[in-house]
Amino acid sequence: MTGSPNVERPSMDADVVCVGFGPATAGFLTALSQRLSEPNAPPLESAVAPGLPPQVLCYERADDTGFGVSGVVSQARALRASFPEIEKNGIPMAAPIGEEKVLYLLDPIGASRRSIALQLADECVRAFKSALRFKREALELPWTPAFLHKRGGMVLSMGQFMQWVGAQLQSQGTVQIWPGTPVSQALINDKNKVTGVRLLDQGVDKNGLAAEGFTPGMDIHAALTVVGDGPVGPIGRQLDECFGMPPDCRARDWAIGMKFVVDLPADTPLKPGTILHTFGFPEPEIFGFLYTHPDRVVSLGIFVPSWFDSPVRTAYRYLQHWMLHPYLWRLLKGGKLRSWGAKSLAESGRAGEPQLVGDGYARIGEGSGSTNVLTGSGVDEAWATGVQLAEAVAELLKAKQPFTKENLEATYVRRRRESWVDSEARAAANARNGFQHGVIPGLFGMALAGLTGGRLFIPGKSRRPWDRIPSLENYYRDRIPEAEARAIRDDCYARGIAAHGALMDRAGWPAIPCDGRLLMSHQDALLVGGKVNAPPGYADHVAFLFQDRCRQCETKLCVEACSGQAISPGADGIPNFDRDKCVHCGACLWNCASPSPEDSERSAISFRAGSGGLHSAEN
Amino acid sequence: MNTAYQIVVCAGIVPDPLQTLEPVTGPSGPALKNEMMLPSVLDPWAGHALYEAANLARNCPGSKVWLVSLSPKVKLQQVMMTVAQKAPFELVPLDGPSSGFAEAAEVAAALAQAIEAIAGLDKSRLLVFGGWESASRGAGATMQMVGERLGIVDQFQGVDELKLHPDGSLEIAERIEGGRHQISRCAGLPALLGWATGNLPEPKNNPQTGMANMRGAIPALQKAKPVKLAGDGLSFASVALPKQLRETKIVRNAAPEDIAKEIVAWIKS
Repeated sequence: MTGSPNVERPSMDADVVCVGFGPATAGFLTALSQRLSEPNAPPLESAVAPGLPPQVLCYERADDTGFGVSGVVSQARALRASFPEIEKNGIPMAAPIGEEKVLYLLDPIGASRRSIALQLADECVRAFKSALRFKREALELPWTPAFLHKRGGMVLSMGQFMQWVGAQLQSQGTVQIWPGTPVSQALINDKNKVTGVRLLDQGVDKNGLAAEGFTPGMDIHAALTVVGDGPVGPIGRQLDECFGMPPDCRARDWAIGMKFVVDLPADTPLKPGTILHTFGFPEPEIFGFLYTHPDRVVSLGIFVPSWFDSPVRTAYRYLQHWMLHPYLWRLLKGGKLRSWGAKSLAESGRAGEPQLVGDGYARIGEGSGSTNVLTGSGVDEAWATGVQLAEAVAELLKAKQPFTKENLEATYVRRRRESWVDSEARAAANARNGFQHGVIPGLFGMALAGLTGGRLFIPGKSRRPWDRIPSLENYYRDRIPEAEARAIRDDCYARGIAAHGALMDRAGWPAIPCDGRLLMSHQDALLVGGKVNAPPGYADHVAFLFQDRCRQCETKLCVEACSGQAISPGADGIPNFDRDKCVHCGACLWNCASPSPEDSERSAISFRAGSGGLHSAEN
Repeated sequence: MNTAYQIVVCAGIVPDPLQTLEPVTGPSGPALKNEMMLPSVLDPWAGHALYEAANLARNCPGSKVWLVSLSPKVKLQQVMMTVAQKAPFELVPLDGPSSGFAEAAEVAAALAQAIEAIAGLDKSRLLVFGGWESASRGAGATMQMVGERLGIVDQFQGVDELKLHPDGSLEIAERIEGGRHQISRCAGLPALLGWATGNLPEPKNNPQTGMANMRGAIPALQKAKPVKLAGDGLSFASVALPKQLRETKIVRNAAPEDIAKEIVAWIKS
């Protein structure tokens, strides 16, 4: 939603404007703020307010700093470089990493879809369980490769960490962070230079048309626009569409990460810093995690990847089955939901790296392809790219050089290419290609790449998400007769609800025994955990652009995969979107079975700038 | 309407209303579990007072708004990131507790002292605004005591509307029982108004206003005077959340009579 171009808009000038306050921008602002506060360094001067330091603004979509980001286990190399005594800074919910375990979860129910090879592996594990570290239907791997470990690092709540960083930055007074202020678009002039950003219109109806209290979004002009709006951010995607991706770079692999933050029972055996990684259940393609914070609190959740070829891949239902696995439930039983959230993860890593810089802009963080897909590490890398850009900006400001593509290439991109972020990302670039063929080739491919520094890997060509989604009938062909599967779906859609619940019930998944503490309805998780909210006066940020395609689409994966049940079946086959429930995870962007007729690399769903979402700062 | 008013808004911060609150007993008495980790917002009642103050100042050239807040300064700074975009004001921060367990008389004393210390304060032009109640404590006592300490005898609570007349008098609509309003006429300033909801919507975010406010707010926060509330003679017999039963149901565009019928059926059940 960019509002009417004919509307007279207020404008403001700054030196640097940042889009999104995630770890990358936090790293950028921290490093820049430290430089601006350095008493012995030559002063840097604003071009728009001569005599003053550079005017640096950051606009964040979420209603507060620390909303809508996820928990993390990190080696914290870059974080520690910025905060050498980070362990002593009293960041809530932070703990040094302790014991790390990788668990292969067997299926205690018999409902998951396991290949013959995996079924054989399961039988072997069960046959030799007395000789293995096998407990409660889980095999504790006796050895895990070093690249999976985060030894020496930290368990963090990103919400709490970001609140802490935000407070540090604001108290310095050198930069300003404005949450609750979505950016609708980058301003690009006729010379393809980014000249700033436009804030989202306020006081509009769901279609973006002026309504009571209409306030056109302000234009913020800046010499440099820093884009750190994450993997599904509208500004990053606008730049991709405008300037194109580099040759051979495609952001096609995704995952949805859904998590709970849980207060554990008083007698929990889990110690702060304990980390569990799981694979194998509830479906072989779904990976799980459990990170232990101080004071009997854990962050736990699952990742549902785009290469899990299911037309009904619901993260919420699967997360509950995962928690109920006997190995995990004995740790969680008696616990209580404290917070809940979901976000999309860019799983292409360096293969999805966009144009990092151009005239007037630079991209940092996860949306710039910084995530290491071998080690599953993203926050530290994102932070590092922000710091690298801050150093480049300080260098250019000091030399009074403009933020041209060439200058940013010579400063920011050079730093990034020379850093551990890039060298490790190169080694990881092909590590996950094997997952294009399935879980077992994927795991072998990761091991190969990890143990050989990326020299060996299992090849595999990534496919667009919509090219690999099977039909409902095909997916359930060995479980549910075709006509019955269709009838279940049609009945659910006629009632305006997603079909995955009924289909999973029919396919053998047991009902979730709601306890009102950890096991609860999806809507209660939104309200109790996510505290989801949407302020009035903003347009719908999810739109179904090509409605003929929606009418023809029988695989409404957007409905099935929606993390907040914000998308539901609608009349005439066109889904409904309820902004009040959206957590801005962006899953709809890639859980769409139809490509855009205008660009086969994009889906038929538009995920624009929007306001609201999670109101929890503990994720 | 040519008076240039000095409008002081007293505003605490409270946990974001969407959060799940759990009372616990800490070393210094009752507290909310993880209170410092919960996101905070400007107390919604005081928020209405701020919006009314900003509207009044906008319509009366030369008027100025101060926002006086007794809150932990780290949390207040965070709240300011959002509130500062809503309306122009000068922040007068006091660094101290803002929970519902603070003693109202002590809070009032600290706020009154801070107001008295505002440079250039002219009581003949003074309007003191605040929330009628607080989202963290429904006693509704703090603003009355602020007024008493400032020597303001014209006080109005549960205010929904303020009209300013050319002769300098004020016409004030206060909520009374039965969903009605009592209309009072006040000859002149100073006056204290504890606002209910008022009639104004939340202002839209204005980045320029935010930048202008924060230029003054950050140095003020850095110099915020610490306030320690002694809590002498204060004791809590018990602290508990109201018993609640959650039955979530989200239905859009339901007719009011259908909602009413369902509630009646639920109560009868």
